[in-house]
Amino acid sequence: MGEPFIFWLFAAIVTVGAVGVVAMRQPVHSAICLLLSFLGVAGLFVLAHAEFLAAVQILVYAGGVMVLFLFTIMLVNVKRAAGEPYVHTQAGAGLLAGFLILAIVGGTVVASSRLRSLTGAGDLADPTRLSSTSITRNVTRVEDGRKVTSPVTETVIGNSQAVAWGLYRDYLLPFEVASVFLLVAIIGAVVLGKRTMERVD
Amino acid sequence: MIGVTHYVALSFLLFAIGVTGVLVRRNLLTVLMSIELILNAANLNLIAFSRQLGDLNGQLFAVFVITLAAGEAAIGLAIIISMYRLKGSVNLDDATELKG
Repeated sequence: MGEPFIFWLFAAIVTVGAVGVVAMRQPVHSAICLLLSFLGVAGLFVLAHAEFLAAVQILVYAGGVMVLFLFTIMLVNVKRAAGEPYVHTQAGAGLLAGFLILAIVGGTVVASSRLRSLTGAGDLADPTRLSSTSITRNVTRVEDGRKVTSPVTETVIGNSQAVAWGLYRDYLLPFEVASVFLLVAIIGAVVLGKRTMERVD
Repeated sequence: MIGVTHYVALSFLLFAIGVTGVLVRRNLLTVLMSIELILNAANLNLIAFSRQLGDLNGQLFAVFVITLAAGEAAIGLAIIISMYRLKGSVNLDDATELKG
């Protein structure tokens, strides 16, 4: 019981969901299986002490992306005849390539699991390192009628706070670039989704 | 004891299932869902090694991966909708413009 049991439970949920996405005939059923898989991954995030990311996973994937998928499924009418194939004409080659990747990457995982540095039983890092970070900031206080500024180092506790400090201090530029990327994605989606550009003379 | 190997193995399984879905399925919507599975596999890897090494950077990278996945889903679905307008179907077999 305990951690291994929860891990295997969520691993089973993720795998069943993923297989369902690929195997289900109707896109709606695939979407529901995808939701199952997303929630399982969020559970694994919690287990690996990434609580903030688990919340983001549920909000963005299970909330946003899933709604987007369901809307698109409703917009494009995907009813099909019962006998119609749901794999395309080159599916045999695709399946072969899939198994090949399974073999190659699986072999790599098995081979690398022998490396002591990756799997040593006692090697797991202290999880508190993921939920605390030390920050140094300048604090100004009034001393003898003068303002005195001195750096103060303190420790913040909590995964969300630690992620926030990393995001806004170490990864500030990528963060801003990501916001520009999202803006581009929004504009692109609107332009692509518009009916037709009508020329005004 | 659950170590990083378990997470990596699960992530690899998820990745292989996703790749198979991309290669095999005929419906573009399902192909896009399989791509989301692949991105989730990458995130699982990042989180596993972040846990193993006690390094927060893995989680920060996963945040950016989720951002990219959201944008990719929005653009991909918009492309699917415009293909549906053009062709009246979302099947990969019907996109044959570039066929020699």
